[in-house]
Amino acid sequence: MNIVVCVKQVPDTATERKLRSDDKTLDRDAADGVVNELDEYAVEEALRLKEAHGGEVTVLSMGPAKATETIRKALAMGADKAVHLHDDALHGSDALGTSHAIAQALKKIGFDLVILGSESTDARTGMLAAMLAERLGAPQLTLASKVEVEGTSIRIERVTDYGYDKVEASLPAVVSVVEKINEPRYPSFKGIMAAKKKPVETLGVADAEISADQVGLANSWSEVVEFAAAPPRAAGTVIKDEGDGGVKAAEFLASKKFI
Amino acid sequence: MSEILVLVEHVDGDVKKVTLELLTLARSLGAPAAVWAGPGYSDAAKAKLAEYGAEKIYVAAADEIADYVVAPKAEVLAHLVAERSPAAVFVAATGEGKEIAGRLAIKTDSGVISDAVGVGEGFIAEQSIFGGGVNVRSRVTKGTPIITVRPNSTAPVAAPAAGAEEKVEVALSDSARAAKIVERVVQEKGARPELTEAAIVVSGGRGVGSGENFAIIEKLADALGAAVGASRAATDAGWYPHQFQVGQTGKTVSPQLYIAAGISGAIQHRAGMQTSKTIVVINKDPEAPLFEIADFGVVGDLFQVVPQLTEEIEKRK
Repeated sequence: MNIVVCVKQVPDTATERKLRSDDKTLDRDAADGVVNELDEYAVEEALRLKEAHGGEVTVLSMGPAKATETIRKALAMGADKAVHLHDDALHGSDALGTSHAIAQALKKIGFDLVILGSESTDARTGMLAAMLAERLGAPQLTLASKVEVEGTSIRIERVTDYGYDKVEASLPAVVSVVEKINEPRYPSFKGIMAAKKKPVETLGVADAEISADQVGLANSWSEVVEFAAAPPRAAGTVIKDEGDGGVKAAEFLASKKFI
Repeated sequence: MSEILVLVEHVDGDVKKVTLELLTLARSLGAPAAVWAGPGYSDAAKAKLAEYGAEKIYVAAADEIADYVVAPKAEVLAHLVAERSPAAVFVAATGEGKEIAGRLAIKTDSGVISDAVGVGEGFIAEQSIFGGGVNVRSRVTKGTPIITVRPNSTAPVAAPAAGAEEKVEVALSDSARAAKIVERVVQEKGARPELTEAAIVVSGGRGVGSGENFAIIEKLADALGAAVGASRAATDAGWYPHQFQVGQTGKTVSPQLYIAAGISGAIQHRAGMQTSKTIVVINKDPEAPLFEIADFGVVGDLFQVVPQLTEEIEKRK
């Protein structure tokens, strides 16, 4: 089975994240880049499926030069090879542009299964997997908490508000995973050393046959009008429990008409 | 006034609260037209949508719309966008809502804005990003603005309108039938409201200490008619089911009141609740970062404070 797992480098959420004042895009230099957390679950799921069914795991990441750090981490976990979609023309692409670029790269690479994290911690649109399914005409098997493959059939459990749906489709398909699905492995020392020798192919806009008028900030379908740091919340009252903390809290709730 | 399509969220034939919020919001910017997709439409649903301002109700009631993941609903909306040229489309920013919006954006070659906490003149959307640290105003520049709106962003206000019904027949494409839902598994949730929709959420974290101890969180939630949430520490420890996790890798909630007990407030958690209107924090550690965003905080043992609060609420009922 030919599995492509999409990973994204995002700014570490433990550090202060900013938008750039010049073009209002994410300032990727202001914070340390880390692998988007849910993508580690996607890599883990890809590796487990490969271990069970054979095949190959290819990492695909779109991002600037330093996204190679994230690619190396996914390779160190055990993926076989990687494709880095990297071109200045891609900078500032919105969800539509990004999905076009990644869909084109996926067509170029070829796949039986594409696996993504269900959301990134930076843009948090939660749309990319659905958009890829739309663009590729492939079944959308998203928000999966369980994935099973048998031959060319695939079955997932899709998390819903009321529980989950059991969903069936045929490969090739697009899967996104939620955190519940597995426990990602840590790269071993051997894995980290081996990752340095694994092939990483770089694709640009022309290589992947991406339409230049569909990507980049200038071609986005939406724009940031303005942004500002959120005003700090007005300082509240913090009391020490002297045996009546619960009563005091109730009085506060009553003053706000919650009770 | 031009039409604004509002995709109706419904469960077991009941219109969900977020839809009433979206209708209320749409009314301030145009003429709301509700779009019902899937089975379960009834006179009660029609009455509810009309009560909250739906001038029109488009009904695509074919059973098969609900038989496949997401794509059929996007096709219904795309059909209406092409036929009716609405001024905008509003969809609830739920997991599925965002996916529908994403597919619709591609089908209609339109921009999409995710997780708005408000929408103003010119369909300029307000978003709260980076775990609530930055406020952004953004707008769609191509096609029909498609905006997903976070539940609890607007208080639903009734304003009766005609609710003129119009049946919609959409022939689903083969690719919309690619991911078939073969079974729906409903997990026990009791009488509590749904986490992302609830006006009040009571969450427990590491300080709760065990799965059994979550009973005191549930009791407080039930006294308030609230939903129960949990921090990642609590769900990772297996004390509470994953689908109740509030935070960066879980649900984003924006209730009127958020009560956090035994949660220190790492960014992982704050990212999922920072836009709550009123925040109450109970934690024995006075240095817990969540106190910084609390409207009211109690430094104390949650095993004392929470039951006392529950008892006091019951007393005042």
